[in-house]
Amino acid sequence: MTQTTVQLSPSPTAQDGAELLLPTRVKRRFSEIVAERAIEALIYVCGVSAILFVFGIFFFVFREGAPYVFGGEFKPGEFLFSTKWYPTSVSNARYGVLALIVGTFSVTALATFIAVPFGLGAAVFVSEFSGNKGRETLKILIELLAAIPSVVWGFIGISVMNPLIQDVFHAPVGLNVLNGALLLALMSVPIMVSIGEDALKAVPDSYREAALAMGATRWQMVYRVLIPAAKNGLLAAVLLGVGRAVGETMAVLMATGHAINIPHSVFDPVRTLTATIAAELGEASAGSPHYRVLFIIGILLFTITFIVNLTADLAIRGIRKR
Amino acid sequence: MSEPKQKKIEVSNLRLSYGQKEVIHGISFDIRQSEIFAIIGPAQSAKSSLLKCINRTIDFVPGAKVRGGIKVDGQDVSKMKNVYELRRKIGMVAPLPVGLPLSIYDNVAFAPRAAGMRTKAALDTLVERCLTQAALWDEVKDRLDSLGTKLSGGQQQRLTIARALSHSPEVLCLDEFSIAIDPVTTMRIEEVLKQLREKITIILVTNLVQQARRLADRTMFLWNGEIVELGTNDVMFSDKPASRQTYEYVNGIFG
Amino acid sequence: MAALFTETAATRRKRLTERLAQATFGLMALALVVPLVTIVAYLFVQAWPLLSWEFLTSNPIDGMRRGGIWSAFLGTIYLVTVSLCVSAPIGVLAAVYLNEYAEDNWLTRMINLAVVNLAGVPSIVHALFGLGAFVLFAGVGRSIIAASLTLAIMTLPVIIASTKESLASVPRSFREACWNVGATRWQTIRRIVLPNSVSGILTGVILQVSRTAGETAPIMFTGAVFFKKIPEGDVFAYSLTDQCMALSMHLYTVTTQVTNAPHALPYAIAVALLGTVLVVNALSIGTRVYLRSRKKW
Repeated sequence: MTQTTVQLSPSPTAQDGAELLLPTRVKRRFSEIVAERAIEALIYVCGVSAILFVFGIFFFVFREGAPYVFGGEFKPGEFLFSTKWYPTSVSNARYGVLALIVGTFSVTALATFIAVPFGLGAAVFVSEFSGNKGRETLKILIELLAAIPSVVWGFIGISVMNPLIQDVFHAPVGLNVLNGALLLALMSVPIMVSIGEDALKAVPDSYREAALAMGATRWQMVYRVLIPAAKNGLLAAVLLGVGRAVGETMAVLMATGHAINIPHSVFDPVRTLTATIAAELGEASAGSPHYRVLFIIGILLFTITFIVNLTADLAIRGIRKR
Repeated sequence: MSEPKQKKIEVSNLRLSYGQKEVIHGISFDIRQSEIFAIIGPAQSAKSSLLKCINRTIDFVPGAKVRGGIKVDGQDVSKMKNVYELRRKIGMVAPLPVGLPLSIYDNVAFAPRAAGMRTKAALDTLVERCLTQAALWDEVKDRLDSLGTKLSGGQQQRLTIARALSHSPEVLCLDEFSIAIDPVTTMRIEEVLKQLREKITIILVTNLVQQARRLADRTMFLWNGEIVELGTNDVMFSDKPASRQTYEYVNGIFG
Repeated sequence: MAALFTETAATRRKRLTERLAQATFGLMALALVVPLVTIVAYLFVQAWPLLSWEFLTSNPIDGMRRGGIWSAFLGTIYLVTVSLCVSAPIGVLAAVYLNEYAEDNWLTRMINLAVVNLAGVPSIVHALFGLGAFVLFAGVGRSIIAASLTLAIMTLPVIIASTKESLASVPRSFREACWNVGATRWQTIRRIVLPNSVSGILTGVILQVSRTAGETAPIMFTGAVFFKKIPEGDVFAYSLTDQCMALSMHLYTVTTQVTNAPHALPYAIAVALLGTVLVVNALSIGTRVYLRSRKKW
């Protein structure tokens, strides 16, 4: 073994050896232990609180509507499948919500149809085609788009889109399905971009490299490899956007008009489930059937968005597991 | 050294599984007071998992199930009421150096403070003593309030050792401690370990067969979750260990 | 050999489709940005005649056709503050539970499911819940406290999600180092995990400020009113049991309920609301950037 002079700092000597270890006879203060138990209990309670709140929402909304459901007058078939919504009629009040359901559906469907290409396209652009600086700027701008409150969108619908639609399409009315759909599209795109980008980022780089190594162009790689690989997450992105659209209230309240009937074209005004509640709750007297039915519509909405979000979450769970 | 020493740790029929996969298949061995006990074996032999079972940080691994018994000082670790006392009795040094995002002083004072020590004077003495034992004091004594995460790899590993010593452990476990540090620092730490052996028991998990040969009294060869052989270094590293596999692994024929 | 690298019609076509694809996707991204910028600019221009400091600090008069937005602005501040005082602590602690304590069992899965569903509840259903639970059942009546609690439940899931992310960004190796020396879970959280997640948590909370300020539906039936007279300039003009005006509600009112309002008025309110929201968002982004630069590892 070669002798190398290495300057080591003085090692603890044998003299120190006996005192190398301090006996540490300490104990934690009782108050400290009690405080720790208390805060951990609080943490646990807060943890399960989400479950309590979800049940609470369902319970209290149902509670207000329940007397009508169990009062003997409620006919689920007529409720769900009749288009005759005449809650204020003194002689013959009827509560068919089909027209409202179709209203919600038509606006949401059109909005999704518009939003998906732009939303997923922007997600692909941000994830695959843009440089770093472009990506940061774009993400900030999309974040700002997401920050615009829905009542401001509703206002834009009334003041900007309304005359615009009437001019461009020569439509008789500017507050209609198209107006609402455009607003909803702009509102749900940021979610689609954000979750879609996550989904694309989750695809391992090895997929990209393999495709490019085989001579594919970036477009071919995206189209043939990435999108199929990320389809779960992209589907989730779309579904979450749909969920947002279905649940949106103020923008559609202000921009889709007030006609409660089944639309025959995108230029017809409609009413959505959400807008109906917002518009009529103030006038319905507490405890009246009208009042209670509005709460039942709330339960209907809760169920629809529950299912949509559940599906989206299952799809996302699929990509996280990888 | 000839009369048998007290058993510090007794492992009997230990089985560990992660979910459906069993990684330790019913092993039994003892570790004696004041010895350096080396555990060697190729990667994925569950050596680190074994250490985690001893100080019960296996509890934090989701899906891990432990069966069989581990006794420290005669007490079954799974039945201990105060698991924190157990973890303070056992010092653990992980393979990758970890400096906590606190000042160097707070890094070393962390464990005693968590145990309830409050007096500044006592903490000052303890911090200096542990950093000295870990051969780090001279390098950092002027900057005790700089961040622990900003030290070099070798320094952070010595900081980890200082932390492990700060709660006066009776058993010190080192899991591949020299992987991320240079040979000079490794030598210094090995000197410290030899000093410490007089007072405490040391378990040294290592991939470096030569390190086990240098430092240990007894060595255990663990492979695929089973004990291939356990014996004193004279036997294990000789020409005729009990098992052919031991000979081949030690001499680099496989592994 | 040379044939491999010469340009053929096929490779030219490939490059063309490549360029086309890049341009198309770029245009799609642009198509989002352009409306945003033009709309905001248009609003600003239309609102310009009315924008001034007095607009912010004076009350609406003459059936809300003239004057300013002070009472609405103050109301929004109250609602945001009270609701965040409730949702931030609960949300942060819930996230601590989920990230630091929860085991992989059915309870945890249910909690995560509940958080996701809470996040998806439509805002009008939150309004119904607030009405049924706080206004009626708990008996507080339509008030700032009822509206704030409704808003708090609305923002809770997002705070939980963003806090969880911040906590998860603290490397596991730090926690393991703490457990190895005998620290308890809470000691580890208190000394290492929480102090190093503050930036992310703060960013998430500030973001919720901007969202809460813009919401209308949840407060419509739980505590916000079209009009309420309060003294100007007094920051403590509202009490928790009062009903209040709110900026978002005010925009809705003036746009749909007030006749013969001057053209610029709703635009000015929209700009005020948008401005508040965007300023708070910018604050959140700024906090994120500043605190990230002071990272400790």
